[in-house]
Amino acid sequence: MTDVAVNSARPSPRSITAWQKLKTNRDWLGFWFMLPAAAFLILFLAYPLGLGVWLSFTDAKIGRSGVFIGVENYEWLWGDSVFWLSVFNTLLYTSVASAVKFAVGLYLALLLNENLPFKAMLRAIVLIPFIVPTVLSAIAFWWIYDAQFSIISWSLRHLGLISGNIDFLGDIWHARWAVIFANIWRGVPFVAITLLAGLQTVSPSLYEAATIDGANRWQIFRYVTYPLLTPIIAVVMTFSVLFTFTDFQLIWVLTRGGPVNATQLMATLSYQRAILGGQLGEGAAISTAMIPFLLAAILISWFGLQRRKWQQGESND
Amino acid sequence: MTETLIPKLADPKQVLTGSSPAADHSEGMSYLEKLPRRLITLYLPLSIILLVLLFPFYWMALTAIKPDEQLLDLERFNPFWTWNPTFKHIYKLLFETYYPLWLWNTMLVAVSATVLSIIASVLAGYAIVRLRYKGAQWVGGAIFLAYLVPPSILFIPLASVVFQYGLFDTPFALILTYPTILIPFSTWLLMGYFKTIPFELEECALIDGASRWQILTKIVLPLSIPGLISAFIFCFTLCWNEFIYALTFLSSTQNKTVPVAIVNEFVDGDIYRWGSLMAGALVGSLPLVILYAFFVEHYVSAMTGAVKE
Repeated sequence: MTDVAVNSARPSPRSITAWQKLKTNRDWLGFWFMLPAAAFLILFLAYPLGLGVWLSFTDAKIGRSGVFIGVENYEWLWGDSVFWLSVFNTLLYTSVASAVKFAVGLYLALLLNENLPFKAMLRAIVLIPFIVPTVLSAIAFWWIYDAQFSIISWSLRHLGLISGNIDFLGDIWHARWAVIFANIWRGVPFVAITLLAGLQTVSPSLYEAATIDGANRWQIFRYVTYPLLTPIIAVVMTFSVLFTFTDFQLIWVLTRGGPVNATQLMATLSYQRAILGGQLGEGAAISTAMIPFLLAAILISWFGLQRRKWQQGESND
Repeated sequence: MTETLIPKLADPKQVLTGSSPAADHSEGMSYLEKLPRRLITLYLPLSIILLVLLFPFYWMALTAIKPDEQLLDLERFNPFWTWNPTFKHIYKLLFETYYPLWLWNTMLVAVSATVLSIIASVLAGYAIVRLRYKGAQWVGGAIFLAYLVPPSILFIPLASVVFQYGLFDTPFALILTYPTILIPFSTWLLMGYFKTIPFELEECALIDGASRWQILTKIVLPLSIPGLISAFIFCFTLCWNEFIYALTFLSSTQNKTVPVAIVNEFVDGDIYRWGSLMAGALVGSLPLVILYAFFVEHYVSAMTGAVKE
């Protein structure tokens, strides 16, 4: 009788079914919980990433799986002046746009951190360029940059500053600055709002102490605000550099890489060669060539800007 | 009860209103500054930046309701205003093109991809934070790395994968590939939320005989509703915004999403298209702006949560 009671209350190891094991063993449970996310990420992220590197060593074309041709694609790119132009454009685009986004974003964050009327509304409005789909705001910029009906040309002409219309997207350097400006416009709100979140964690007593010690506004910013903000700046700028470097939408809408490849970025070039030109292997080689640049950008902004954690009042590691 | 249990992750309200004591320093010391000085150092630069940030939207909206002859004649009409707005462009857009269909496609893809990603991320995030199976930390790190893989280096091999699976030119091509962008982000965001839920609650439930599944659905999820909303609307925005996959994986006009359709179907060199082009951009942005207006705090929380470790 007692045996029966004990048995029913506590099943012996042998009678543990697979279902019970699944419910209690955390490794098994973890496996099942991870399964959907892992399936997506392996099938549509890790596998294509590997496939992309493999494709770059083949002569695959659309509708025909290629054969292994070694580094021929890379050799061909090495001697291709358009590819090097796209590398130059990408680096220029990324460095100028990220630097200005950081400067203006930080400035805007500092301004928004002041005591203002309608503070909440102002901050909400600032984010709107980030919310609206890039392609749609790029179309607005396309119209603003129109060669004939540009509102900027019109205003400057009526102010008497220029005599003829500016061809924003038709001239090599005009086009470069125009797309860089549009990118800055799109990215500043993100930088400003995330840095604002960082600014608000800075204790006001530090500012008071610095003021009593006779620090001026620049000194307060340089020696109090900026050091406390570096960890979040590192993260924000890493993301910003990453997304600027791989930008595609803005360029595609505004110039499609033109005029004469002056705004051709690596991403747009790989789209042109792989999808429009059908040379999958060559396009994949261009994409793969972006990876070292990306890694370098991530490492520089991550380790270059990140300070030790004691500055945030945490223990060092 | 939820308010007391969950210290807010990034306290979005605080970011927006600056009402916390830590954010109020300006009030404490701003009396040191006189109004003329504030005018020059604060209000002037702020209004210039805001003007530049908002002008494209004003221009978009104005172009969408201007009659054609005013759009193209800048000398006789003041380009910055119009006294006879017209809804012709918007009417043409909604009734003479596939625009409603494109809106529907975008909505369908965005909602399905977001729902799929949130389900996968809730399970993954909970498992990483609370089940702590073997190697959970490594998986967490790998997911963060996946977050850093940009779509523009994946679209070429993904195009051939999509073709192999027979998904080319169907909504499923996007519904199944968008989660690769969304899952890393939302898993990371939700992990942050789950960490703030006291472990004791789960222990109590375990002692009371709840299974892991019951704990997740009855305790953890109700407590992380703000996080779920943040993840949902942010993912939805990302989907709506996505361009390169939609451009590559879809070919027929009826299947396109709004961003791709506007770029490809409206641009044919005809100068009279500007009105409908801007109307299309305006109508395509409105759903997101409306969503944003209702959930500003959740957006901010998602953004700041995304850059937090």
